Amino acid sequence: MPLELLESPDLNANQREGLWTLNFGPQHPATHTTLRLVLQLDGEMVIDAEPDIGFLHSGFEKLGEVLDFNQYVTIVDRMNYISPMANEIAWHHAVEKLLGIELTPRCKYIRTIFAELMRIHDHLLCLGTCVLDLGGATAFMYAFNERETIYEICERASGQRFHTSYTRVGGLLYDVTDDWVTMVRDFARNFPKVYRDFSGLVMKNRIFVERTRDVGVLSREEAIAGGATGPVARASGVVRDLRRDEPYLAYEDFDFDVCASQGGDCYARFQVRMMEMLESIKIIEQAVENIPAGPIFAPGTGKETIPDKREVYRSIEGLIHHFENVMPNRQMPAPKESVYAATESPNGELGYYIVGNGSFRAYRARTRPPSVLHFSLFSRMMRGCMLSDVVAVLGSINIIAAELDR
Amino acid sequence: MTTETTKPNSAEIDAVKVKLAESLNGVSLVWSEFRDQTRVVFPSTELLKCLNAFKAAGFDQLSDLTAVDLLEYGNATDRFEVVYCLLNIDNGLRLIAKTYLNEPDLTIPSATSVWFGADWLEREVYDMYGILFSDHPNFKRLLLPQEFQSFPMRKDYPVKGRGERHNFPVITRAES
Repeated sequence: MPLELLESPDLNANQREGLWTLNFGPQHPATHTTLRLVLQLDGEMVIDAEPDIGFLHSGFEKLGEVLDFNQYVTIVDRMNYISPMANEIAWHHAVEKLLGIELTPRCKYIRTIFAELMRIHDHLLCLGTCVLDLGGATAFMYAFNERETIYEICERASGQRFHTSYTRVGGLLYDVTDDWVTMVRDFARNFPKVYRDFSGLVMKNRIFVERTRDVGVLSREEAIAGGATGPVARASGVVRDLRRDEPYLAYEDFDFDVCASQGGDCYARFQVRMMEMLESIKIIEQAVENIPAGPIFAPGTGKETIPDKREVYRSIEGLIHHFENVMPNRQMPAPKESVYAATESPNGELGYYIVGNGSFRAYRARTRPPSVLHFSLFSRMMRGCMLSDVVAVLGSINIIAAELDR
Repeated sequence: MTTETTKPNSAEIDAVKVKLAESLNGVSLVWSEFRDQTRVVFPSTELLKCLNAFKAAGFDQLSDLTAVDLLEYGNATDRFEVVYCLLNIDNGLRLIAKTYLNEPDLTIPSATSVWFGADWLEREVYDMYGILFSDHPNFKRLLLPQEFQSFPMRKDYPVKGRGERHNFPVITRAES
């Protein structure tokens, strides 16, 4: 490892005496994927924590310049693989903004339901695994049992459990069926009971509370200037939620609260995530009973959106439509403009800055991943913490390395 | 529905424009709009002055900082575009501020003194595009190995790479 990584400019030679260096990761059970930290320790106190990232860098943004708007959805899936569909929704939200496509009400509702399911999906993993890292295996099982149900809901709609690739420009791959609606309804009905069990196991558990309260504190000013968003910012008192402040999809139609806390510590971040899951259930319950009828693809001149598969296989017009849509020299040209569009992903503001260049693929597809900005605040959060707090702070900001490195 | 939510913003954007015209007297700002988004192009020579003025006008969060290589972009005359996506936390106003850079001088001052969240974002832009940020507190590559030579997001870098990966030195356990 390059030696200059170890030299913290804030420490003079006198202070550095007696410190020891600990390498944490890239392979460690609590990093979940490949993150690396270089810790400077004074006994058990963390003096400095330097993250070293890039182990999972795979050039996703470069691929975004090669694949077209529909093809790239398979790649964005793999960024935050804890909540894949949230990435797809964010990507196509940005593409539709660039192309100027207005979705149909049915598509908006289905995407909203999936976005909220993904929020629960992501929060369950974040909470469950962090409790596991802190030594409690029971709550983890409760969380993962519910995640399994959400996988089944994804599978019923898209045919895939994990990397669904379900959204398309201006629509969805398939329409949902009645039994999918029943599954979502059952999930929303059963979830509060599991939530009570989970919450009872974790949130008032004395060991958990003492290991997370006043640990990894992030102040409101630091959260704003450092670019923190989502649950991390809301736990530090920044009451901002894109679902409420910049309504997209069908969020304007629903009644829900924005959850925030003043604590700024790990416990506050867990609390915000816990409360958000109940708000998501509220949104899902309202949405699933009122899914509008109608087509899932936005009406248009035809070239923006792919046709229904039944048309492709049964009529020559549908086949021509499909051909016009997938052949690189026939596709709809995107305007020679740039657009930044963000959605409230489970982890925070997931934005895409897309530059169009007159073809159906992005000239530049920049992802604004929440993980990068949150992880850059990590060394600030670690000030004055102990070695055993590293896993608590790491778990509470929910770093997903695939999204971090792209 | 989108027009309803953006309408109150247009008055706020006008107020920002007036404020910036005052604080950046003599600096040429080019404003444009696309799909309800306000963009401004400012000269890279006055970068820090402009960024400080944006912050003083209420944009207290740097949402994103990125770059675009305009080598193959239509009839573009500049090589690089550096994009600052700004956000006002209190009223939710967004501003996309851009500046253009040309070779050989790819050095601009760092924005870390204005928003410290620019730290890693600037390192990533350097990593991918080779744009240098002066006065950055910890300036080195973010994602790629420190000894990497190229800047892979540039348009003249091939998608399949130049074989760097196959030529990485093999380090034995004893040497590590």
